[in-house]
Amino acid sequence: MKTALQAGRAIRERKISAPELLEETFRNIDENEKKIRAYTRVFKEEARARAREVQAKIDAGEELSPLAGVPMGIKDNISTKDFETSCASRSLSGYIPAFDATAAERLREAGAVLVGKCNMDEFAMGGSTETSFYGKTRNPWDLGRVPGGSSGGSAAAVAAGEAFYTLGSDTGGSIRQPCSFCGVSGIKPTYGAVSRWGLVAYASSLDQIGPIGRDVADCAEVLKIIAGHDGKDSTSSKAQLNLGAEVDVKGLKIGLPSEYLSRGIDGGVLRVVKETAGIFEEMGASVSEFDFKTPRLADYAAAAYYVTACAEASSNLSRYDGVKYGYAAPPPEDGEADLAEQYIRARSEGFGIEVKRRLMLGAFVLSSGFYDAYYRKAQKARALLSDEWAGVFEKFDVVLSPVAPTAAYRLGENVDDPLKMLLGDMYTVAVNMAGLPSVAAPAGFSEGLPVGVQLIGKKFSENTLIEAARAFQGRTDFHLKSAPIV
Amino acid sequence: MDYETVVGLEVHVELATKTKIFCGCGTGFGAEPNTQVCPVCSGMPGSLPVFNKEVARFAALAGLALNCEINRRNVFDRKNYFYPDLPKAYQISQLYQPICRNGFLEIGGGKKIGIHEIHMEEDAGKLLHDPWEDCSNIDYNRCGVPLIEIVSEPDFRSAGEVVDYLERLREILLYLGVSDCKMQEGSMRADINLSVRPSGAAEFGVRTEMKNMNSFKAIYRAVEFEAKRQTELIDAGGRVTQETRRWDDNKEASFSMRSKENAQDYRYFPDPDLLALDLSEEFIEEIRANMPESAASKRSRFTGELGLSAYDAGVLTAEKPLCDLFERTSALCGNPKEAANLIIVEICRLIKEDAATTEDACRRVAPESLAALIKMITGGEINRTVGKDALAAIFREQADPEEYVRERNLLIVNDAGLIDEVIDRVLEANEKSVADFRAGKEKAFGFLVGQAMKELKGTANPGAVNGALKKRLGQ
Repeated sequence: MKTALQAGRAIRERKISAPELLEETFRNIDENEKKIRAYTRVFKEEARARAREVQAKIDAGEELSPLAGVPMGIKDNISTKDFETSCASRSLSGYIPAFDATAAERLREAGAVLVGKCNMDEFAMGGSTETSFYGKTRNPWDLGRVPGGSSGGSAAAVAAGEAFYTLGSDTGGSIRQPCSFCGVSGIKPTYGAVSRWGLVAYASSLDQIGPIGRDVADCAEVLKIIAGHDGKDSTSSKAQLNLGAEVDVKGLKIGLPSEYLSRGIDGGVLRVVKETAGIFEEMGASVSEFDFKTPRLADYAAAAYYVTACAEASSNLSRYDGVKYGYAAPPPEDGEADLAEQYIRARSEGFGIEVKRRLMLGAFVLSSGFYDAYYRKAQKARALLSDEWAGVFEKFDVVLSPVAPTAAYRLGENVDDPLKMLLGDMYTVAVNMAGLPSVAAPAGFSEGLPVGVQLIGKKFSENTLIEAARAFQGRTDFHLKSAPIV
Repeated sequence: MDYETVVGLEVHVELATKTKIFCGCGTGFGAEPNTQVCPVCSGMPGSLPVFNKEVARFAALAGLALNCEINRRNVFDRKNYFYPDLPKAYQISQLYQPICRNGFLEIGGGKKIGIHEIHMEEDAGKLLHDPWEDCSNIDYNRCGVPLIEIVSEPDFRSAGEVVDYLERLREILLYLGVSDCKMQEGSMRADINLSVRPSGAAEFGVRTEMKNMNSFKAIYRAVEFEAKRQTELIDAGGRVTQETRRWDDNKEASFSMRSKENAQDYRYFPDPDLLALDLSEEFIEEIRANMPESAASKRSRFTGELGLSAYDAGVLTAEKPLCDLFERTSALCGNPKEAANLIIVEICRLIKEDAATTEDACRRVAPESLAALIKMITGGEINRTVGKDALAAIFREQADPEEYVRERNLLIVNDAGLIDEVIDRVLEANEKSVADFRAGKEKAFGFLVGQAMKELKGTANPGAVNGALKKRLGQ
């Protein structure tokens, strides 16, 4: 199976046309989508027209980008002009944005061919893509298992050959964890590196859009296109990522957080992390374990994360009242509903259980009398977390860590146990809380299921992480394995 | 028992920035519904706010004029509540770190009213009830229009003090140019927090908050009404409940909207979409250095430097457009007294006659035209009657004064040759009068002058005509 860069080169070298490549992707979609359900919607006719349009530009000699004409998907919480963007929620069903997210717009200008909107946990709240209003996505490696989440559709689409690359979003691990579960690569950029304009907010201070692809080189190419300052997002950074600069893995100082290797981690995952460390050592990097200054850091990070994310979500999602767009509950049979009743019905019927759980938690931690005990305390913890990481990066260039404590679990296994679901995020949320970049890459298998690792760096050190991961993928073939789709 | 009224005010003022506080939409009043909206101010999913720094400049300007400390670090907070005029279901405001604190405004008698704080926030949209369709329509044009809320300390003791403060506040803000302060259009709104307590008591009583007054008169009446209501309630053995009340100006009474038990929990928290706003010393100093002159300072300059009467200075500064017209005109013509006279007597009369607004009138009269007219009058080129007519033409038809006078041949004639010529004709045509005059009838002289003036269409210098006629008649 080709990578996105290989596909783009084939188009430029006239070995295949964009419309032909698109039909290949459609064949995969036709074959697999019924089993996988990676998309909430596929736009076949629009994609065909788009592929012809991009091909015409390429034929006219326009230099769009190395990814021009390559079929791709966008997570359903990233606004696409004229294409329904529902966040996999009933409450936003039928909502068609009048504007593109900046990331989507930049990809469109670079010649991307949008195939469809990728399935996800409703409003990106979840780690298994089981809470989508449009049905569960299944893991291409084992259809009885979850693809991870919340960008489960984005990861599964790449793993099943239904897109060459996709955009996901990562609030507490939502790009990296499905990448690990589906055996694909992904980047969670530094907070502020990619504009959030058009990303339907879950937790504004944590959300970042990032790429998912077969290998890290594809992801880096996508990141190059979507990153960069945007005047429409006040939190967008002017810092340069300097992608492509050479990085020598030899002499790279890599830290392994002992805490992450000792608590709640599955044996197969632990083996993969240790083997990965060994490969980096073979490449000349120094790898050593370290302790965070704060014991049980992951616990504090997870607690502070849930307070922060739910608080912001409770405010961000308040606008979905069915008045201007999205789901409005039909009027009751016995007459007209008053305003409060209309709101209550639209929101009670529009949101799923996980979203409601988080909105209620968020409203609670912000309410008068509890604000100091929860929200304010979480912000203090967040500041301490950033200090912890700053200390770590005085000693190390890169931190190597598992992405999730286990490989993909069975469908329904954690649905009724929200706390267990949350524990799945224990290695990822601390990265979002500190606004750091992280690259996830497949690094081995456990009982036939893919297992990924993540490389974490200080802010705007994407290039170091990408080059280290590329060196790793140059010596390994985990990212080249194809999912059996059974 | 004797009671003392205690009042604090929350005044909302819409800022006169060209664009909204978090997007590039226009802020003009009276546009077609929902024509000044974009994804940001209509709260579409995925849209993000970007702060308009002009708002901080205006807010700091108001704060400096009201003797406030300006906070260098500003944070925006979300105030969460559900209402159809609030499309994001939260208002971006400042709770924890407002831009200004600890100021005051001096009212009559030298009393200082404390300003607790001034914060920046966005306005909400407007609900328009359609009685024919029995539904409510929403206009989002006002959504995101920048506001400052000026919160006073509970320093007022009477309705008179409240209105005095509001009038002064309005004048200050108008002269700073930060707002047009129109109560009727809602660009200035005041909420009244009022309680009563036995005279001499140290503790405050239970207060109520009153909304929806749309004139200073209504505010005066609302304060009086509420003080009386609370006093009577307590005298009758009742207790005031903390609540929000709505003033009904037609009924001249207020009605309970919601009590404290039903008060909303706004779940304030810092808006994660906006970075903290740090104001530099240079930014504040630049504002301080370029503070527009206040009305009070203008009044003392008009009476001192320009030699106007206190009354005239008062009339000229009562409304800012009039004052602007005066200052620009007198700068152009170099004759402030004449400019003041024409504006106060003639223009104000025209405004009354045409039932025009001052604002509109001052838009119609260009200072350049007025200055040119004054130069013609003081230079003896036209007489005052012509001047008055020309001003009316400027006012009503935007006439060019020079053109107006020239086209109608209204210039004063000092041309001796022309006058002599006319006198010749008059004497020829009125031999009888000439004879009468020579026979000693003084009245005939007046008649002859009148005839000559008529021929000259009233534009001749009467003195010159007199002199020339006398000369011709050999006197």
